[in-house]
Amino acid sequence: MDDTIVSIATALGVGAISIIRVSGKDSISIVNKIFKGCNLENVPSHTIHYGHIINNSEIIDEVLVSIMKSPKTYTVEDVVEINCHGGIATTNKVLELLIQNGCRIAEPGEFTKRAFLNGRIDLVEAEAVSDLINSETELERKVAINGINGNLSNLIKELREKIIKIISNIEVNIDYPEYLDIYEVTIDDIKNNVPIIKEELKKIIDDYENTHILYQGINVAIVGRPNVGKSSLLNKLLDNEKAIVTNIPGTTRDIVEGTIIIDGIKINLIDTAGIRETEDIVEKIGVNKSIEAMNNANLILMVLNNNEELTEEDKELIKKCSKPTIFIINKNDLETKLNIEDFFDNIDKNNIISINTVDNKEIDKVKNKIKELFHFDKILNSDFTYITNLRQINEIKKSYNLLLELEKELDDNNELDMLEIDLKEIWNTLGLIIGESYEEELLDNLFKNFCVGK
Amino acid sequence: MEYDIIVVGGGHAGCEASLASSRLGNKTLLITGNIKNIADMPCNPSVGGPAKGILVREIDALGGEMGINTDKSHIQLKMLNTKKGPAVRALRAQADKITYPKEMLKTLKSTKNLEIKEAIVDDLIVKDNKIKGIVLETGEKISCKIVILTTGTYLKADVLVGSERKPSGPHGEKPAKNLSDNLRKLGLTIQRLKTGTPPRIAKDSIDFDVLAREDGDNVLRTFSYDIDPLYKLEDQVPCFLTYTNEKTHEIINNNLKKSSMYGGYVTGIGPRYCPSIEDKVVKFADKERHQLFLEPESIYYDDIYLQGFSTSMPYDIQEEMVHSLKGLEHAKILKYAYAIEYDAIDPLEMKASLENKKIENLFTAGQINGTSGYEEAAAQGLIAGINASLKLQDKEPLILKRNEAYIGVLIDDLVTKGTKEPYRMLTSRAEYRLLLRHDNADIRLREFGYKIGLIDEERYLKFKNKLKAIEELTNYFKNNKLTTKENNLIEKLDTSPILDGITYYDLLKRPNITIEKLENILNLDLNYSNDVKEQVEISIKYEGYIKKALKEADKLKQLESIKIPNDFDYNEVSNIASEARQKFELIKPVTLGQASRISGVNPSDIAVLSVYLKRIKHE
Repeated sequence: MDDTIVSIATALGVGAISIIRVSGKDSISIVNKIFKGCNLENVPSHTIHYGHIINNSEIIDEVLVSIMKSPKTYTVEDVVEINCHGGIATTNKVLELLIQNGCRIAEPGEFTKRAFLNGRIDLVEAEAVSDLINSETELERKVAINGINGNLSNLIKELREKIIKIISNIEVNIDYPEYLDIYEVTIDDIKNNVPIIKEELKKIIDDYENTHILYQGINVAIVGRPNVGKSSLLNKLLDNEKAIVTNIPGTTRDIVEGTIIIDGIKINLIDTAGIRETEDIVEKIGVNKSIEAMNNANLILMVLNNNEELTEEDKELIKKCSKPTIFIINKNDLETKLNIEDFFDNIDKNNIISINTVDNKEIDKVKNKIKELFHFDKILNSDFTYITNLRQINEIKKSYNLLLELEKELDDNNELDMLEIDLKEIWNTLGLIIGESYEEELLDNLFKNFCVGK
Repeated sequence: MEYDIIVVGGGHAGCEASLASSRLGNKTLLITGNIKNIADMPCNPSVGGPAKGILVREIDALGGEMGINTDKSHIQLKMLNTKKGPAVRALRAQADKITYPKEMLKTLKSTKNLEIKEAIVDDLIVKDNKIKGIVLETGEKISCKIVILTTGTYLKADVLVGSERKPSGPHGEKPAKNLSDNLRKLGLTIQRLKTGTPPRIAKDSIDFDVLAREDGDNVLRTFSYDIDPLYKLEDQVPCFLTYTNEKTHEIINNNLKKSSMYGGYVTGIGPRYCPSIEDKVVKFADKERHQLFLEPESIYYDDIYLQGFSTSMPYDIQEEMVHSLKGLEHAKILKYAYAIEYDAIDPLEMKASLENKKIENLFTAGQINGTSGYEEAAAQGLIAGINASLKLQDKEPLILKRNEAYIGVLIDDLVTKGTKEPYRMLTSRAEYRLLLRHDNADIRLREFGYKIGLIDEERYLKFKNKLKAIEELTNYFKNNKLTTKENNLIEKLDTSPILDGITYYDLLKRPNITIEKLENILNLDLNYSNDVKEQVEISIKYEGYIKKALKEADKLKQLESIKIPNDFDYNEVSNIASEARQKFELIKPVTLGQASRISGVNPSDIAVLSVYLKRIKHE
């Protein structure tokens, strides 16, 4: 960490001014080498200076340079920010000059990493910042900013407080068994608290599922046998919503054909439509591909043809629908030949919609159904109190599972000091989320709350 | 005349250190201010208790004396926490304050290679930062290779009662006036600590009829793994309970300024877990009463120790306070309570071997290292004695890990976190307490004791046989099962019916099923000692928890395996917080694990350090 890093802090191509940020012990001297205006090495901290970036004697850009000296900076190191005015090409040229003079291009999130390693921000904040940087939509940004506010930290601290109270009481009971006046923790004290903690963790997990949808979007697999209108449906969806991405590889082996945004939420459409359909064997491969796509989806759009009778292949695919599914009876503008009554016995009729891809309004039915199924109203109105990333949610899920184990243990074990081991593990696991240590805190709590000793 | 090892101080640390040293073949001299006070118990008349009782067992497993000596001299024995799990059970004895020192002195006197001398040590002879000998108050010099300081509360000791302060050790003994100043001159950091002791009451002046009685257990037990019980159940002496009340609290509150502590006469830092009654009343003002224990000090004299009532009030106020207590309205105080201040070194200046970092061949153990308690002192004394001997043999020191022994936790805490108050061992200090049980101290540590040479062949063979028996019995339970045809037996065992065959092993995992129950209902003929059965039952019943603990311990091992070079320059690491850097430089942690336990060091400091250490390794 003793090298000096640089990166363009503003989004490229957005806005007229770009900011280049430099951090590290040589940041001021390096910038000074290519700056003409004043000697930056002699100026006070947290000041802004007008001048030019020069290459030998050639002026590259007219700039404002902010000097922020350690430790009151984002990374706790010396930080210099250069406001460039000359558009993207010039900004890139300045960047290049800085690198020539000893800077290294920063890895993604490296400024934040330094802020964390230098003790400027805690783990939760660091992670929230990195989420913020990577957010694409307005909603994601809302979510990321909430994370920094520390709602999660506060809740975790609160829950740990509850647990540590029981733990330190048990510890006192262990270390001072002869004191009869000290409250003796009972199994019920634990039994009463477990559901409360569980419920809070469940809320976080639910919130995560929702925010996950916000970050990653909903993966939707459009399946159906050939010729039922999958491609038209896909294209109509993409057309209407002006797909923001096309043909990019998804996180899975599937190809995300396109991503659309409905009410601010990303819908990743997974293609199975392109599977060809001439020979029998290939037909079969089509089914396999569809199954694979279904496995990787959050939602299945099962397309059937209103104009044809239900085939064995349809039935086979319907049986395989393992995720929430909207059954789309396509081509409702043509004569109804499909008899679904007997086959759809076990399926929620609410999730069957009848459309065609000729009329734009018909497509809205699909979108509305998606919104309804995934409770968009709830997601969008959620205040996202508890924002978590993958690492945090894993610890929370682990804590949740430990609570389930503890609940089981409570039924046939009544040795409090053993149950305390489980409580401590939960307490520690929750502590990992906010990066707090164990023992000191415990002892302080112990002696703050109990009066014991010779 | 040259000695291999000189031990300065004849308390619990000094006794263990001298015994370990002389038993390992070193020519040893024990210097004490007063031979009559060897292995004295100036504070409470008890040995053991939660965590401390496990320390005593560990001392015994390694070949120390405290366990055996307690077995020879107690007047009451109890197993504590029997209603809780096996990890927190511990023995506590009321030791007889006459018999305990007497037995210890007998042992010391009969030990080969060990001489005892009455004298006060004034200074150390140090050349090139290495011990050469000691200087007595008389000016006499005695040379030696290693010095172990176990001076207890005697360094510059002051006894405080009310506004009075006078230089004195416990019992009005002479304090060591010059040694701590001379240690400071040698470059050691000295801190001032404080502790206290409650009044002693004449037995026949107490109205025991109105007090709750606490008896010893009805089962014969021993601290030591090697001897049979030496006492009779019916000979045990009871303790009694009483409580403070509103009137007591009123007296204390009205006279607070008169106490040494609240009158501002004390400079040393006292222990949180051992507060004076003034402290308890002030800090826990909402508590209506505080529990007190009346413990007999000896069967040979009449003093009753009033545990929980330590104070530094003047004598007249102490009289008032004591007389306000139920059952003690007419009590006669035989010895008044007092606070005692003393010098101690900063334990951060020693290595985990208990050798000083600044002066080679100087070891310290017990209260001089900032601890409190007989057991903590004895444990360190034993380790100092062992490591001094190993040093003379040019061998690696014995450093027990946190997952191996409470002794390991104790010493690691001292050398890693230091202490600003007298340090007491608590179960809550041990992360792996399920592994550090009182019942398995021998399994954890006897091998060490044998290798070092403090456990002889006979004791070792006995231990080996126990291990073998444990294995046999475990296998027996694994290899024998109940079939579905025997569901009538299952019913008798009062457990849920089985659908498939079930081994005794799995059966024992069920709640309510014990080895004893299996023996009775299945008519098993298990010819094993209770110790063995207990061991097997615990390891089966708590298998899940034990596995968890072992997994946790593995994580520790990983951090401990990343070594920090002794000459590591923390200035090279530019992004460590300055507080952490100072701590690292002072403590010089040996591993990343130790570094992570230093207080005031944040996870991010450790992250940075870890990155650096990896980089060094690659280069």
